[in-house]
Amino acid sequence: MLASILVTGLVNGGVYALLALGFSLVFGVARIVNIAHGAFYMLAAYLIYVLLDVVGVGVAVAVPAAVLGTVLLGLLSYWIAIEPIREHEGAVLITTIALTLVFQEVLLGFFGGHFLANPSWVDGTFPLLGVDVTYQQLFTLVVVAVVLGGTWAVLERTRLGIAIRATANDRVTANLVGMNVRRVEMATLAVSAGLAGIAGAVVAPLRVVDPLMWQAPLVTILAVVVVGGLGSLKGSILGAFLIGYVEAATVFLVPSGSFIKGAVALTVMVTVLLVRPEGLFGVAFEEER
Amino acid sequence: MFTWRVLKRPFVLLRTEVLVLPSRVAVLAFVVGILALPLFTKDPYLLRVVALTSIFAIFAASWDFLSGYSGQVNLGHALFFGAGAYGSSLLQHHLGWSPWITAPIGAVVAGGVGFVAGIPCLRLRGSYLSLATLAFPLILVGLLFALPDLSGGELGISGIEPLVRSRVGFYYLAAIVMLVSVFAMWLVGDSNTGLLLHAIREDEVAARASGIDTQRYKMLAFVLSAFFAGLAGALYAHMLRVAGPSTLETAFSFQAVIWGVFGGVATIYGPVIGVFLLYPATELLGGVPWVGEHRLLVFALVVLLVLRFVPEGVSPWLRDKIEVVCRRCKARNVFARKDCRVCAAGLK
Repeated sequence: MLASILVTGLVNGGVYALLALGFSLVFGVARIVNIAHGAFYMLAAYLIYVLLDVVGVGVAVAVPAAVLGTVLLGLLSYWIAIEPIREHEGAVLITTIALTLVFQEVLLGFFGGHFLANPSWVDGTFPLLGVDVTYQQLFTLVVVAVVLGGTWAVLERTRLGIAIRATANDRVTANLVGMNVRRVEMATLAVSAGLAGIAGAVVAPLRVVDPLMWQAPLVTILAVVVVGGLGSLKGSILGAFLIGYVEAATVFLVPSGSFIKGAVALTVMVTVLLVRPEGLFGVAFEEER
Repeated sequence: MFTWRVLKRPFVLLRTEVLVLPSRVAVLAFVVGILALPLFTKDPYLLRVVALTSIFAIFAASWDFLSGYSGQVNLGHALFFGAGAYGSSLLQHHLGWSPWITAPIGAVVAGGVGFVAGIPCLRLRGSYLSLATLAFPLILVGLLFALPDLSGGELGISGIEPLVRSRVGFYYLAAIVMLVSVFAMWLVGDSNTGLLLHAIREDEVAARASGIDTQRYKMLAFVLSAFFAGLAGALYAHMLRVAGPSTLETAFSFQAVIWGVFGGVATIYGPVIGVFLLYPATELLGGVPWVGEHRLLVFALVVLLVLRFVPEGVSPWLRDKIEVVCRRCKARNVFARKDCRVCAAGLK
């Protein structure tokens, strides 16, 4: 039981961390509450399904292709729909909602509403503390660790990362010292869509793929970023594992827990907010005027 | 002579205050049109669609009262709708009270839920508030699923008594409740209170510095908005005779945001226009081949396209096209006039 909770929470938390990190980056840099983030994750999962099961290429080709495709679609939707109306916050919000619906309906039209299952990429299990862990789960964990580490290195060590953090910190000053804020935003969006793409790609063989799969993780990552503190990367990652474990514990300990795991996770979020309105690691920044 | 004058007054008011502005003529035409519709058609499907549209109009306008006016962008507005629907249905179903008593109680229950939801929200602002409110309806759904004996679980409560049995009767009930509640919200929004809400949205610190108890007004916006959304929810439950978890869905909360922003926020009438444009269109397009199967896609594309070119919403854009504001006295005029109708200053 305990081992099941540990493994499930770790895997789910890792996927949430990938998603929440991307969401948090876009919010921090561009101040966009990107509801379409879940849709990018879904798109990548469908791309994996198409590339592996329909086209029939190998995993080594399919994963980079799916991630690249997600990044391109993300940038494209930003150029077409969001960029021209950036001034209007409300319009941007519902544009991201409408984009999500468009993706959902297009996928529904092409693939139908039923669940599509992907075969595992690596077969077999190994015992750990009395539970069977599939190699697929281990693979997911490795990918999550590598990608999180890579993103961390990019953000901390490269010029792009410094530009992203500077823009998130203070847009006006970043612009004043000569950063092209628009290009930084584009780059952030690409990184964010890429992270969502990787999350979708590694989830595809673990779960079934369907056109409504964006909903459940979306609500969870919103809870994660709020718990961790909006725009805080450390907070997003820790929040992701916290929520991942809370959900796993609810599923395994409470009867019919999978129905209420979302509600429990969100209650945790509200509780955190009541104690710390800016989240665990959020900065209580002065009101932006 | 004197009585003649009293009798003439409404007509004078109509001529001098209503017929001078296209937007006011449009409102008058809308009210008359809604009330007169059953005289021209008895088509039950059409009446049903318009009655549902009216209910959603209350819902969207109440979202606007909270999110547009006080700037507390609520992404979980379905919470109040669902609270009204469940509140009224539970009382009606378990206690057997008349729906005429339970529906207002449902609205009051929703107002109470608004108060409870408002308490944590007073401490939050901006995107934190939006994301936290998104969670509330899902928490309520979890609670309802945890108590299946009381709430009916996933299926909800069915077989609720209707408020009125005849179709035309219910149509009028929905239409009149819609007109009255939208007008009431517009009145509050146009009053001193509404002005304070605008001030809080624009700059909360400055508003507090000017001696406004911002917490109280933000809470007021929450409770009033929740009350009207709950009223809409109760009407909806008694119309469909079922209250289920679908009233609390995230997609339904997003619907309110789409209707509101599409119509134009912080206006009250904007979201009503948004609902009356979008909902019947998506509903009536259901019969068209291809479009009917893909109406959600068409709906999303229409919203995307319209916002791409009119990001401030349809109704403010339209209003600016047909009316000009006098630069001297700030009175509104028809775009065709050369001089202001109030102060006679040139408009060009």
